[in-house]
Amino acid sequence: MLKLNIGGITEAGLSKKNKTGNWSYFIPVVDVSRCNGCGICEQFCPESCVEIKEKLCIVNEYYCKGCQICCFECPQEAITMKEKGGAVT
Amino acid sequence: MNSAVKDTSILQGSVAIAETVLAASPGVIAVYPITPQTHIVEHLSKLIAQRNLNNKYLTVDSEFSAASVVLGAAATGVRSYTASASQGLLLMTEVIFNMAGTRLPGVFTAVNRSLSPPINIQVDHQDTMTLRDSGIIQLYVENIQEAIDTHIQIFKIAEHQQVLLPAMVCMDGWILSHAYEPVTLWKEEAVQEFLPEFDPVYRLDPQKPLTYGALTDDDKIMEFKFMVHEALVGSKEIVKSVALEFKEKFGNYHGDLVEENMIEDADIILVAMGSIAGTIKAALPELRKSGKKVGLLKIRAYRPFPDQEIRQALSKARVAIVLDRSLSCSVGGPLAGDIKYCLHNQDGTRVVNYIISLGGREVYPETIYKIVDETEKKLADDAIDDKPVFWDLNKDLL
Repeated sequence: MLKLNIGGITEAGLSKKNKTGNWSYFIPVVDVSRCNGCGICEQFCPESCVEIKEKLCIVNEYYCKGCQICCFECPQEAITMKEKGGAVT
Repeated sequence: MNSAVKDTSILQGSVAIAETVLAASPGVIAVYPITPQTHIVEHLSKLIAQRNLNNKYLTVDSEFSAASVVLGAAATGVRSYTASASQGLLLMTEVIFNMAGTRLPGVFTAVNRSLSPPINIQVDHQDTMTLRDSGIIQLYVENIQEAIDTHIQIFKIAEHQQVLLPAMVCMDGWILSHAYEPVTLWKEEAVQEFLPEFDPVYRLDPQKPLTYGALTDDDKIMEFKFMVHEALVGSKEIVKSVALEFKEKFGNYHGDLVEENMIEDADIILVAMGSIAGTIKAALPELRKSGKKVGLLKIRAYRPFPDQEIRQALSKARVAIVLDRSLSCSVGGPLAGDIKYCLHNQDGTRVVNYIISLGGREVYPETIYKIVDETEKKLADDAIDDKPVFWDLNKDLL
C-alpha cells in the first residue's frame, strides 16, 4: 500500500512517468519527402516534443499534446495533423 | 555560578538575539532589512565579520527571497535563519506555507510590528497572527531573557524529527528589540551541546536527486494537510519537553505552552501574549491587594495551540479577559476566537475580548486595573456579550 512521504518529497523525474501524450486529440504526421530538416518545428514546439535527427523531424508521441504549432509553422508544409484513431485532417 | 553562563550584562534586545542566534550557529543566514528587525541582522553581519565566522550570510533583494533562501538551505539539511517584521513577514507568507507543507524547519525571528496602512512602525501582533494558518510554530515572548532562551529552544523544536516545521519567535518590536535589559547570554559550547545536529529525513543532494513540490490531486491533498496538522499538534509535547530540558541545562524556565500566574483561586483570568504579560504581572500584586482574585494565563505557544492547557487553566474562573493585540476584521481578536472555541462546550467560564494597543498604543498597569474593573461591573450586571471591546477607542475622531 502506498504511504505518503512527509512534505510530499518523492524520487526525482516522476513527471516523465506521466505520459501526457494521452491528452492529445491530434498527432503530427511528417511527410519525409517534403521535410528538409530545417528545424523550425523543433524551435517552435512548446513541449520539446519535436526533434531533428539526421535531418528529419521526429515527433515524441509520449508527450506531444497535439497543439498543431509545428504543423502551422512548417515552411515545407511537411506536417499534417492526424486525428488519433481517425481520418487525416 | 551556572557553567553555561557566558556573561550577564545590560544589552539591547536585538544585540542579545544576534549573539544567541550565532551561538546556535546556523549555516545559512538570509537577510533583508525592515524596522524594527534591522538591528538583529546588522549586528549578525558585524559579528560574523569581526569574528571571521563561516556562517553563510546572504543579503537578498526582498523578504520573499530571504525566506526562499532559508527554504532552500533547510532542504539541503542546513540549519537556517532569517528575521523580519510587518510587511516583510507578509511577503514571506507564501514561502512559509511552502516550508510547512514541505516540512522544512527554518527559524524566523518576527519582531512584531503593526501592518500598513496607515504606515506605523510600532508594535502589535497583526503581522504574525496573519500567519497563524500556515503550519508555522509561533512562540511569543514576554521579555528579552525569554527571547534569548526561546531562540535556543526553537531550533531544537523545529528540527526535531517528529516536528520538522518552520518556527518563529515572536518578540514585540521596540519594547523587546530596542530596549535594554540586564540579560544572561549563554556559552556557545553549552548551546551547541543543547542542540543536536540537524538531521533531516530528506535532503537535497545533486548525487541523489529528489522531487520537491510535486503535483498532487484531490485523492491525497487532504492527507498531506492532515500530516502537517498532526505534526503541529504533536509539536506540543516537544515544546514542553524542550522547555524542561532547557530548564535543566540553563536553569531558566518561562513556561512551556502557557505560563500560569496566580490562577489557582482566580475568579478573573487575564489572557495575553508577549510583553503585555509582563505589564499584567506588574499589575497583579496591586489587584490582589485590593481583594480582587485576578490571575494571568500567558500564552507562549500560539501555534501549536494549547487547547487542553487553556481549557484546564480557565475552567474554574468566572471570566477570562482575552487581550488581543491584533484584529480579525468583523470578528474580533483571533486569540479570543480560538479560546472561545476551546471553551464552547464548557459551562461557567465567560470570555470577554479586548482589542488593545494596536500600533503600539501604550498599556500601563492602570490600563489593566480599568479593564478588570469594567469586567467586574459587566459580570455583576450580567452584561457580558460576544462583541469585542476596542479599548480606549477615541470616538471623537470618528
